[in-house]
Amino acid sequence: MKGIQAFFNKNGLVLSLFLLGAVGIWILLLIILPQLFMLDFSFRYNLPPAEIGGPMDVYTVENYRYMIFGSVNNPDAFNVVDVTVFLRTIAAAVFVTLFDLAMCYPIAYYLAHEARGGFGRLMVLSLIVPFWVNEILRAFAFRILFGSTGVINNFMLWAGLTDQPIDFIREDIAMYAGLGYAYILLMVFPLYNAVESLDRNQIEAARDMGASWWRIHWRVIIPYAKPGITSGCTMVFMLSAGALAAPQILGGPSSLWFTQIIYQWFNTGGNWPRGSAYAVILLGACIVFVLLMMKVFKVRLGEIAR
Amino acid sequence: MSANVELQNVWVKFGPFVAARDINVNIEGGEFFSFLGPSGCGKTTLLRCVSGFLEPSEGTVSIGGQDMGGIGPNKRPTALIFQNLALFPLMTVWENITFALEVRGAGKAERRKRADELLELIALPGQGDKMCSELSGGQRQRVAIARALCAEPKVLLLDEPLSALDLKLRQHMRSELRAIQQQVGITFIYITHDQGEALTMSDHVAVMSEGVIEQVGDGNTLYNNPATAFAASFVGENNPFEGRVEAVDGDYAVVDTGSGRLRARLHSGAEPLRAGDKSIVFVRPEALKIVDGDAAQWDNTVEGHVMKEEFEGSLWHVTLSGYGGAPIRMSVINERQSLGHAAGDSLSVGFRADMAVALPHGPMAAE
Amino acid sequence: MMQGNAGRFAWGVFLLIFFAYLFGPLILMSISAFNSATYPQVSPWECFTFEWFEVLAADEKLMAGLQKSLLIGFGVVCMSVPIGLAAALVLTQVHQRVRPLYYTVIVSPILIPGVVLGISTLIFWDRLGMMFDADYDSFFYSGTFLTVIGQTTFISAYTMLVFIARLQRFDPVQEEAALDLGASHVQTFTKVLLPFMKPAIASAAVLAFLASFENYNTTVFTIVSESTLTTVLASKVRYGINPSISALAVIIVVLTLIGATVHEIRKRRQMRAAAAEGLDPAVVNRAARATRFASPTAIMIVAITIAGLATVWMSRDYSVMECRAQVAEEKQRQAEERREALQAERQQQLQAEGAADSGSSQSGTADRGQSGGDGAYQNIFAPTNLQSQSGEEGAEEAGSDSGGGDEEQPYGNIFAPSNLEGGDD
Repeated sequence: MKGIQAFFNKNGLVLSLFLLGAVGIWILLLIILPQLFMLDFSFRYNLPPAEIGGPMDVYTVENYRYMIFGSVNNPDAFNVVDVTVFLRTIAAAVFVTLFDLAMCYPIAYYLAHEARGGFGRLMVLSLIVPFWVNEILRAFAFRILFGSTGVINNFMLWAGLTDQPIDFIREDIAMYAGLGYAYILLMVFPLYNAVESLDRNQIEAARDMGASWWRIHWRVIIPYAKPGITSGCTMVFMLSAGALAAPQILGGPSSLWFTQIIYQWFNTGGNWPRGSAYAVILLGACIVFVLLMMKVFKVRLGEIAR
Repeated sequence: MSANVELQNVWVKFGPFVAARDINVNIEGGEFFSFLGPSGCGKTTLLRCVSGFLEPSEGTVSIGGQDMGGIGPNKRPTALIFQNLALFPLMTVWENITFALEVRGAGKAERRKRADELLELIALPGQGDKMCSELSGGQRQRVAIARALCAEPKVLLLDEPLSALDLKLRQHMRSELRAIQQQVGITFIYITHDQGEALTMSDHVAVMSEGVIEQVGDGNTLYNNPATAFAASFVGENNPFEGRVEAVDGDYAVVDTGSGRLRARLHSGAEPLRAGDKSIVFVRPEALKIVDGDAAQWDNTVEGHVMKEEFEGSLWHVTLSGYGGAPIRMSVINERQSLGHAAGDSLSVGFRADMAVALPHGPMAAE
Repeated sequence: MMQGNAGRFAWGVFLLIFFAYLFGPLILMSISAFNSATYPQVSPWECFTFEWFEVLAADEKLMAGLQKSLLIGFGVVCMSVPIGLAAALVLTQVHQRVRPLYYTVIVSPILIPGVVLGISTLIFWDRLGMMFDADYDSFFYSGTFLTVIGQTTFISAYTMLVFIARLQRFDPVQEEAALDLGASHVQTFTKVLLPFMKPAIASAAVLAFLASFENYNTTVFTIVSESTLTTVLASKVRYGINPSISALAVIIVVLTLIGATVHEIRKRRQMRAAAAEGLDPAVVNRAARATRFASPTAIMIVAITIAGLATVWMSRDYSVMECRAQVAEEKQRQAEERREALQAERQQQLQAEGAADSGSSQSGTADRGQSGGDGAYQNIFAPTNLQSQSGEEGAEEAGSDSGGGDEEQPYGNIFAPSNLEGGDD
């Protein structure tokens, strides 16, 4: 192929081999093949090592069927637990996304347009620092905060706001707060980049024409910041739906996260194919979400920030 | 050490677009050769073919008699001075200059010594330890030249090197480059759109337009004996009179134009003109003289109305409107303080037949 | 946007709340590291102590995990930096029409959930190992290898983005100039491109290492039977909390602050250098806009140092043992008080019930624990009566679900270890 030859001409033999080799290994061996193998594996039975490759090793939709309908002994029509958990995970992820969006949009706007030089940079730094702290420790901090003997409860008891310590964990509040906290940075920066590039004059013009401040945001700034909003929301949703540490640490007994179910299948459940199937379903949900965002907001995939 | 460069039947195509069309040029070893033409004419393309960054779609490029097909730019005996110079910003001046030695594995002491020698040559002694960003435009220009020379090429290629400089510096560098070339004695291939540069510095110039070489010759030839309409109109100022050939006798032709029947020289090398062919007669401004009195003594006379007179020190430029309103420019040596013409005055100008050229009709250079 | 003082006030409040949300947890967690209480808490505050740092240092599992994390981080850097660089270079050279597709594929690992990456890596190499009939000791099943691979998958995308940003400012004509002067392709790469990319390589390496070090979702699947710092941490947080974790958090927070400060200083120096080179007008503008930033950072650093010195000073003639003894004493005293209060309550209740029951022959429940039924046997069942009531109260006070199994203790579970730790599992 002429393209390949031109490539080798441009880069020389050694370099071309390095470039193609490194990229090839990455794309093929690290990205594509593992996903394909996982997909394939999810359609297999959970066989002990001895029987793999043998006559029992055929393809089956069993694992997927299980997720929706439960085991063969299931008295209910559906696998209520798993399906509920899945739907709840998605809903919760959406909630966290919206919460973060509502919280971070003003911050991003403030950073972009109102903050003065030194203070702005200090703000940026202070946004980054919590993020560098390990996510486990962050969840742990929230545990301290929200626990029954935690700071908030102690404060409320002391202030007389309540007689009994509130079980924040059981009420999932701790987890939502923790999740929202974790991804602030990922929401702020795409928003910030998008809002910052907006010409101030447009805002001035709108204000000149007598628009109220919320109308200015709704009609001028937000449409302009669409790519940033999409990018931020996508990242936060994916990370929330796929979060493992926060639910494990902050989750109450009644709020199981879908990832925790997957983890169980690999850990105590000992059914790797089934776990893979669930993982594929999670992946599918994320892909659907991304495509949805792209469709609804009419943005292309070149929107990843860093 | 220099070598000749030969392009034979070179075509360069990018998909459907033809950048260079059947180029045949022979550049002598040790000469200063220029490719002259407007942007997009293909001169940069040819330069990249010679330097090895582009392989021609057809034809051969030979340097010193050796076919360069398939040989990469790092293996050719050429050195290229890029339009933006492309000096290495993270290296000092002397490191830049001796880069060619560095890649050949020369030791530091040897490179330092050579750098000092070249710095002397380009009149920047002692500046070796500076960073390139600390130098002025002209100084960086010279560093680029020194860097190229350090590679001891047989052919030095220069891609519009003076276009980023201001006027005075440009004029100064013109003579510098010529001097360096004569001192070092290698073949220089220079591309530019500025005809003043090309004509003053070069031994030979190839005039190009739209991928085709219109004419190759020295300054004198190009100016006085243009072979094509484009060459005639691109190099210097020229007045075109379009018309049809009435008759041909020997070296001359009579062309029937809107301004009358004009008799002009034929170009020996150009396509032969025959009666009935479309033709353009070109007359230089300085060849036009004011007719006062006897019109018969002139081979050709042309009528027009004075549009404006411009004074430029040693010359008067008079613009007339001739047939169809087309401007006719003439230059008169300043022998008196005023020519005494008012706008709108009708004027007759005459010229000798041997000072005019009749060429086949063709596209002319844009104004 | 919002005009006037009301607007500014609202902004101020919002920002205050936001930053409280942002920093509150971290600050409180850091404080809890110095509290001698065995469950990380800020109040009640028992004694100031450094002991949890010692516990941290003595924790073997944690240290082993730390070593593993460092090793894996190093491996990830070695793999993801070259891969990211190669991918960035290929992006600049790939055919225009293929570019969007290439970019999508390359960037997709960032979007794929970490758990999915971990699982797919695990399964892929497991199956490969089976295909090759590999030993269980071989690298196919090695947690370290799998984790390095799994993390590299998405961290390479991060490094690539860093390199792409740097490459935008690279003048490709320089490479042509080098070739033209006789350099081979490899020489061009090492002498012209790499020196230019050096700062990007450094930041990419740091980025890769940090991303690898703190990764959990992918690692927890690929690490198999081994463990990294984060997995050890996660299991400790879930199953055995004590403030040594807070101590670790303090260390990390301090390191992060130092790192952030250093990064800031270097960035400002770089911007000044770029302005001098006159390379990029946009960069120069940004540098011009950067004001005296050193001041707030300097203040922060000074404050922290002073706080640190103050704590060291104050701890000179202060003994943790003493304090603990005091605290234990205090708890005893409080328990005593509570016991007495309970007794008084009991008395009142008994009297009330005695008055109510003496007139009735039936009680609502047939529960063995209740005093209902036979008024004559009230006192016989009294201790059990007491026990279940106070057991409940005790459990409520300590907020623990681990109430069961403590029925032997008559005074509730005040001193039970689980209650002292107040585990919220």
